[in-house]
Amino acid sequence: MVDIAAPGNAKAEADKKEFRKPSAEAKAGFLSDIVATSTETVSPAGKVFVYEGPLRLWHWVNAGLIVVLCVTGYFIAKPPPSLPGEASDHFLLGNIRMVHFAAGQLLAVAFLGRIYWAFVGNDHARQIFLLPVWSGKWWREVLFELKWYGFLEPTPKKYIGHNPMAQLAMFTLFVVPVTLQILTGFALYAEGQGTDSWWFAVFGWVFGVFGDNSFAVHTYHHLFMWVIVVFSIVHIYAAVREDIMSRQSLISTMVSGWRYFKDDKE
Amino acid sequence: MAETFYELIRRQGVSRRSFMKFCSLTATSLGLAPAYASQIANAMESKPRTPVVWLNGLECTCCSESFIRSGHPLVSDVVLSMLSLDYSHVLMASAGYQAEEILHDIRAEHKGNYILAVEGNPPLNEGGMYCIVGGRPFVEQLKEMAADAKAIIAWGSCASNGCVQAAAPNPTKATPIHKVIRDKPIIKVPGCPPIAEVMTGVISYMLTFDRVPPLDRLGRPQMFYGQRIHDKCYRRPHFDAGQFAEEWDDDGSRKGYCLYKMGCRGPTTYNACSTVRWNGGVSFPIQSGHGCIGCSEEEFWDNGPFYDRLAKVNTPLGAEANADEIGTAAAGAVGVAVAAHVGLTALKRARDKSAANGAGAGPEGQ
Repeated sequence: MVDIAAPGNAKAEADKKEFRKPSAEAKAGFLSDIVATSTETVSPAGKVFVYEGPLRLWHWVNAGLIVVLCVTGYFIAKPPPSLPGEASDHFLLGNIRMVHFAAGQLLAVAFLGRIYWAFVGNDHARQIFLLPVWSGKWWREVLFELKWYGFLEPTPKKYIGHNPMAQLAMFTLFVVPVTLQILTGFALYAEGQGTDSWWFAVFGWVFGVFGDNSFAVHTYHHLFMWVIVVFSIVHIYAAVREDIMSRQSLISTMVSGWRYFKDDKE
Repeated sequence: MAETFYELIRRQGVSRRSFMKFCSLTATSLGLAPAYASQIANAMESKPRTPVVWLNGLECTCCSESFIRSGHPLVSDVVLSMLSLDYSHVLMASAGYQAEEILHDIRAEHKGNYILAVEGNPPLNEGGMYCIVGGRPFVEQLKEMAADAKAIIAWGSCASNGCVQAAAPNPTKATPIHKVIRDKPIIKVPGCPPIAEVMTGVISYMLTFDRVPPLDRLGRPQMFYGQRIHDKCYRRPHFDAGQFAEEWDDDGSRKGYCLYKMGCRGPTTYNACSTVRWNGGVSFPIQSGHGCIGCSEEEFWDNGPFYDRLAKVNTPLGAEANADEIGTAAAGAVGVAVAAHVGLTALKRARDKSAANGAGAGPEGQ
C-alpha cells in the first residue's frame, strides 16, 4: 500500500486516493475507521499523503492566531504603561482589544471550518476530534508511546497520522480547551456588546455554567489559555523531537502534506 | 377602601407641586418617557396603597440604611408612606407580640396581595438556628410569609446571592431567597447595599404598573442592572486610551485615570452606580478614587482580593494562587520537563551511537 513514489507522478496521485480510507477491512463503519486510522502503522519506507491543503492552511493560521491571542490577551490583562496626554489622543487598549476580538472570531470561524473538514476531509482530518477510547488496541498503543517517551522502548513505531498519544494530547489539551476558550471568550465579548445584544442571547448561558460569576469566567479564560500554552510547548517539542528521533517526517508533513518514512524496517 | 398614597401625603402636608416633582423624578430614574410621570401620578392618586412586609434575616441592615437615605428629600417620606410599610424591624414602633401580630393580620387581610421585601437571607444549617426572629428560625417566618405574598423583593446581595455570610466555607449555610422560595416571582436587587434610588425605583414601578419590572436572566430589574459599571463609567475613555492608575498615590491616580489595574470590578459588575450614583447623585466609589469591588455580583467576597483583577483560587496543593500564577507554574514545570527530556534524549543518542561504533564490544542493544 505504501510504495515508494516519486512526487508528482500518477502513482502518488493514486496514493492520495488510496489513503482516503485506511484499509478495505476497516470500511466496516465510521467508528472502526477511527481506530484503524489512529493505530495505523506501516512498515516500508516511502511516503504517504496525509494532510490535505485546507487542513494544513488551518494549522498554520490557527497557530498564528493563538500567538496573536495570547499576546493581546496578556496586554488586556496587564495593559502597557500609561500614555501621556489627553485620553482623546489615544485608543491603545481599544485597539489591542479590537485585535484580540478579531483574532478570536477568526479562530472560531477557522475552528468551525476545521470541524467541517473533519466531515469532508480524509480520515486523518477526523483524528483529533474523536478518541477511540473503547478500543483496547488504541490504549495499548498510547501506552507504547508513553514508554517510548520514557526511554523504555528502544525503537519507535511508524504512524501515518498522529500517534495515539499525540491524538490524546490534541483532544484533551487542544480541542477541548480551544472550544472552552471560544465559548468563554464569546461570553465575555457578549458582555461588552450588552445584555440586549444577540451575542448575549447566544452566549449568555455560558455564565450560568460558571455560577453566574463573570469574574470567574475571566479566571477560567486565563486558565484555559495556560492549558493551550502548555500544549504548545509539548506540541512543538514533540514535533521537533519526532522529526529527529522517530522514523517519519513531522514538521515538513504539515507544510507539504506528505509523510516521509526514513527506513523500510518493520 | 384603603387610603391612596396621594390622599395620605396631602394629609401629611406635602404640596401637590412636590408630589408632581416626585412623580417626574421617579419616571426619569426608571428611564421612562416624560408622559409616564402623569401615569405614575394617576396611579398614586387612585390606587390603594400596597402593603409591604419587610423581613430581616441574616444581614447587616445596610439595605435599610441605604433605603432611608433615598436621595431626594421628599422621596424617603413619600416612599415610606406610599408603601404602607406595615412591618419592618428597623422602622416600626411596635415590638414583641404586637409586632408579630401584624404579620398574622396581613396574611389574613391581604392574602396574595402584599409585597414581601426580604433583607438578608436564611441560614439553613442546624434547622435554621443561626438566625432566630420572634423566637423561631427565620427560614420558617420567611416561608410562611412568602406563601401568601404577591411577589418577593430580594433586597441586597444577602437576599440575592448570599453575600458575606455565604462566602466560603459558609458555615451557617446561608442561602439566597431564590433557592429557598421557588414558587413566587422574585425580584433581585443586589448590591451591598443597593442604591437607595434603585430601591425606591423598583417599588415605584411595581406600584405604578402593578407588575414586576422587566428582569434580566438572573431576575434583576433590567433598567438598573442591564449594564456594567464599566459601560457607563466616566473614566472609560482612559481605559480605552490605555491610561491607568498604577498606585493609589501616583500621577495617574491624581489625574483620574482608569482604576482597572488597581483591581476595579467595573468590567464585571452590573449595577447603576456609574449612572444613578450615590447619596443623591453626589458620587460613587470610582469617582471617589477607589475601584469598584463588585458588591452586587455573585460570590463577590470569594472573588478576592479586591485589588487584583484575578481571583485567588485554591490549588490542588492547598496553596492559594491566581490563574496566571498557576499557569506560569504549570508552563514552567512543563518547560523544565521538556528540557530534562531533551537532555536524556541527547544522552541516549550519544550512548546508542557509541554502542553502534563499538559494535560487538558492548552488550547488544544495551
